[in-house]
Amino acid sequence: MSMDLDAPVPMSGMQQQDQPVTATILCCNCGAPIDGTTAAGALCQDCVRLSVDVSQGVQRESTLHFCRDCERWLQPPNSWLVAAPESKELLAICLRRLRGLSKVRIIDASFIWTEPHSRRVKVKLTIQQEAFQGTIIQQSFEVEYVVATQQCPDCQKSFTHHAWRASIQLRQKVPHKRTFLYLEQLILKHGAHKDTVNIKEAKDGLDFYFAKRNEAERMVEFLCSVAPCKVTKSHELISMDIHTSVAQYKHSFSIELIPICKDDLVALPIKLARQLGNISPLALCHRVGSSVNLIDPQTLQTCDVPTAVYWRSPFKSLADVTELKEFMVLDIEPVGQTNGRFYLAEATVARASDLGSNDTTYFTRTHLGGVLHVGDSVLGYHLTNTIFNDDNYDAIEASSQYGSTIPDVVLVKKHYARKKKPKNRAWRLKRMAREYEEEAAAAAASSAAPTRAQKQDADRLEADFEMFLRDVEEDQELRQTLDLYKTRKQADAMEEDSGSEDEAPKINMEELLDDFDELNMGGDE
Amino acid sequence: MAVRAQFENSNEVGVFARLTNSYAVVAVGASENFYSVFEAELQDIIPICHATIAGTRIVGRLTVGNKNGLLVPTTTTDQELQHLRNTLPDTVKIQRIEERLSALGNVICCNDHVAIVHPDLERETEEIIADTLGVEVFRQTVADNVLTGSYMALSNAGGIVHPKTSIRDQDELSSLLQVPLVAGSVNRGSPVVGAGMVVNDWLAVTGLDTTATELSVIESVFRLGEMAAPGAGGGPQKESIVESFY
Repeated sequence: MSMDLDAPVPMSGMQQQDQPVTATILCCNCGAPIDGTTAAGALCQDCVRLSVDVSQGVQRESTLHFCRDCERWLQPPNSWLVAAPESKELLAICLRRLRGLSKVRIIDASFIWTEPHSRRVKVKLTIQQEAFQGTIIQQSFEVEYVVATQQCPDCQKSFTHHAWRASIQLRQKVPHKRTFLYLEQLILKHGAHKDTVNIKEAKDGLDFYFAKRNEAERMVEFLCSVAPCKVTKSHELISMDIHTSVAQYKHSFSIELIPICKDDLVALPIKLARQLGNISPLALCHRVGSSVNLIDPQTLQTCDVPTAVYWRSPFKSLADVTELKEFMVLDIEPVGQTNGRFYLAEATVARASDLGSNDTTYFTRTHLGGVLHVGDSVLGYHLTNTIFNDDNYDAIEASSQYGSTIPDVVLVKKHYARKKKPKNRAWRLKRMAREYEEEAAAAAASSAAPTRAQKQDADRLEADFEMFLRDVEEDQELRQTLDLYKTRKQADAMEEDSGSEDEAPKINMEELLDDFDELNMGGDE
Repeated sequence: MAVRAQFENSNEVGVFARLTNSYAVVAVGASENFYSVFEAELQDIIPICHATIAGTRIVGRLTVGNKNGLLVPTTTTDQELQHLRNTLPDTVKIQRIEERLSALGNVICCNDHVAIVHPDLERETEEIIADTLGVEVFRQTVADNVLTGSYMALSNAGGIVHPKTSIRDQDELSSLLQVPLVAGSVNRGSPVVGAGMVVNDWLAVTGLDTTATELSVIESVFRLGEMAAPGAGGGPQKESIVESFY
């Protein structure tokens, strides 16, 4: 004896047809003759529709809470869910917001399209409820939700100071930033920074902040796998409940990187050099991985200095890339000995600055026999006219065994003539968003014009970055560990490059990646 | 004629009153408004009795009667019975019935000639009904409801039954009662027509919520409009309206 008002069968038409037979009563409201055996409460269909509202107990307006930072929706009381617009997850959140909906039967629910900027979500609902005994009424109506913004607790934490539970202080005590530029690229490639709450640039390094300790531990593991690290852990008690023995700690991981970079000249303690396969104590760092790799350019002997061994007897670099001098290869003769990609050769070189003024030449052995040719420019450390203030170096000079083996010049890498500032590269690297030290930020905010110190810092950073980019261009091995992206103004860059007299190595287009983040509407500008 | 009334905010007039062609029984209320409605229409025509049955005010549901008699349930006290005997005319036989279904107004529906009763009523009760009220008794249901007194209002001129009663059931009942019947409602769609109104041959009192449509149906089926005095017959044009409903 149920009557579905919105059923596809046209009831009114049927009634008109059989009216003389079936009409038994008059509608108590309007007096229309209807079939009493099927009517709802002695009311005709029109009167039922007019007088009965089954959606009375259901809210027509409600509020949805949305966190703008993480784009999640509040599911009361306190869970935050990810839901795309007009998704079924969002529909579920919308329906749960309505009070009184549990008393009726939901037949259908769908979104009505609204402009996203209107901050309104409209849902069309179809419900059924028994109005009179044996009479089910189906009704459709719209509910409008106002999207209110509310910051979720996770985002609140990330926006508040001292919201972190664990921090990593990564330091390398060297005057340049190249290692960090490299690490930044590695972190970006592996997505190791995804869990960080905040990344800050500090003096001599970076600080990473995490909401959970295990996220920091994961980052430490990552860093130890890509760089020679020394890790020190510490924690600070924040609060403790003695009744439940629940304690809150802040964990700090202090990571110190070995202050030896690629292409640095090092003077090993003689004792350590003997332990490392009796290598000559004056060695060149040719690679830094999870340990430091050294090569003796005189003999091509290589050795690996693990982190633990290094920290047992630490040594500093004797000279770094900033002290490289340009030399001209006058003569080069391969000796025949090889070690991997290194070819031992005997070279006669002259200072590029000496050419034309005097005829001083230097004889040295080099591991660059495979890449150097007569007439090439090469960068090297000029030991004869350099005074090092280093105990290990003094010990080597004083030693009877090694004192006489110190070369005049140590050649490090081939030099490519470049324009002063190559502006157009066909490739680029992604950078990580990070926060500079608060003082720097405050200073920048207070004075619009940068101070001289700030300008110097910025220049130095730029120079470091340029040097890093050149390294990437010149070293294929290094390049393989990074993600390089195509620049947007590729075509122009290629044209200019072809016209210039730049002999610097080029990177193949096949190695470059398309940046999908940038494929947006504004990309064609 | 048909009038609307309310007993202390309740529309169920048939619960609190019993109206026949020779007397009326009205419950004792806090105010005399309800009684006044009956008094205005019936004064100097038939006696109106203020009464309680078994200490309650639901006199309409507990009693049943016509011009010949009045049946009261076994719970009626002697004092109440005595009061009824004193007030009602001597021609009205008053009988107390030992019946398990003690709400006699719900289970029995009668006019001065016929009674439709609950199918489970005891045989003795049936005999008492026939003797006291002087009617022919039929065990019958109204629209599958056994409470004939609740879902049916009856006078000598016509009757109104539960709105869900089918044409076939109406025909069957009509042939038993020998009066025209119509399905209908009172009090804005209420199907309990027996409890929602009281009726005799010239007066119907319905609840205050009754709509004009319902009232017109009631007036036409009970032929109340054209009657100025008891005993007058209905006009032919009224009959045709009633006929069109079934």
